Amino acid sequence: MNDILPWLYDSLIALTLLWIAWQTLSTRDLFKAVLLFIVFGLLMALAWVRLQAPDLALAEAAIGAGLTGALLLDAVGHLRVPRRPGPRK
Amino acid sequence: MTRTLIALLCLGLAGMLGWALWQLPGDVGLKSDLQSELQGQVQADIVGLPALVAAHLDQSGVRHPVTAVLLNFRAYDTLLEIGVLLLAVLGVLAVRHAAAPEPVHPQRAGAVLAALVHLAVPLMVLVAGYLLWAGAHQPGGAFQAGAVLAGAGVLLRLSGRLPALLPPGFWLRAGLLLGFAVFLVIALGVTRGGHELLAYPVQQAGGLILAIEASLTLSIGLILVSLFVGAPSPPEHGGEASE
Repeated sequence: MNDILPWLYDSLIALTLLWIAWQTLSTRDLFKAVLLFIVFGLLMALAWVRLQAPDLALAEAAIGAGLTGALLLDAVGHLRVPRRPGPRK
Repeated sequence: MTRTLIALLCLGLAGMLGWALWQLPGDVGLKSDLQSELQGQVQADIVGLPALVAAHLDQSGVRHPVTAVLLNFRAYDTLLEIGVLLLAVLGVLAVRHAAAPEPVHPQRAGAVLAALVHLAVPLMVLVAGYLLWAGAHQPGGAFQAGAVLAGAGVLLRLSGRLPALLPPGFWLRAGLLLGFAVFLVIALGVTRGGHELLAYPVQQAGGLILAIEASLTLSIGLILVSLFVGAPSPPEHGGEASE
């Protein structure tokens, strides 16, 4: 039981990561894609912790999820403004 | 047709990455049965980097192996990293400046956001300081601390407390440059004492690394915020804006 629990946890993280990565790439809504990217970054940080790399986890959470997410949200906001005259495809 | 081709290429790349990962010597911290079996077989071929770092840790000036590698044993990589960041932000500032950006009107923050910023920003500065200090003996360090500082800056910017001044002022430029400059001066400075480039004398290594990390933290925070804001205000005005 004690052996199977971490294994279960790790495979859950790995599968969720793959699934979110696929969702991020395949969704048509840019805003949703950015949100999924941030979730991906946070889960990735969790994966780094499980791989005993807390330094990478900190960097991933702060830079990968936080700042990149903010930059991408900003970019999505800028992309939306000029498109207002014409309907989006 | 194209999609199939791209999918095949992606699969091929994923396979190659997986194969490359499988070839890594497995003496990190992964405890699987297969791994320990493999370790027994290939132990002779492995250059045990973690063991090498652990053996020389007391000469590095810090007690955390990752910081020792990043700021001492492989400090050249970190020096180039901060150089690349500096170049990136120079590019952004140049482009934004040339494009004469439209004046930005950040919306006034709501009461909840304003209260949150009041609570969170001092806490984030504190966390950044802690991460910087903790880097000497546990996970942490300049990049993480700088990123948290930058997060505080982004929060201030989003709540309209950090105005965008168009020409980056002297203090901002100095702040952007500080980390790289201090790193470079120390890297070259130790060569005057007869050491190699970036080979700190063992007694002063801790102090030198702390000086480098502190200035790196400030610069990385400023650089990341500048990437977000584009043409941000110099720090002296940032203080006034948050009265």
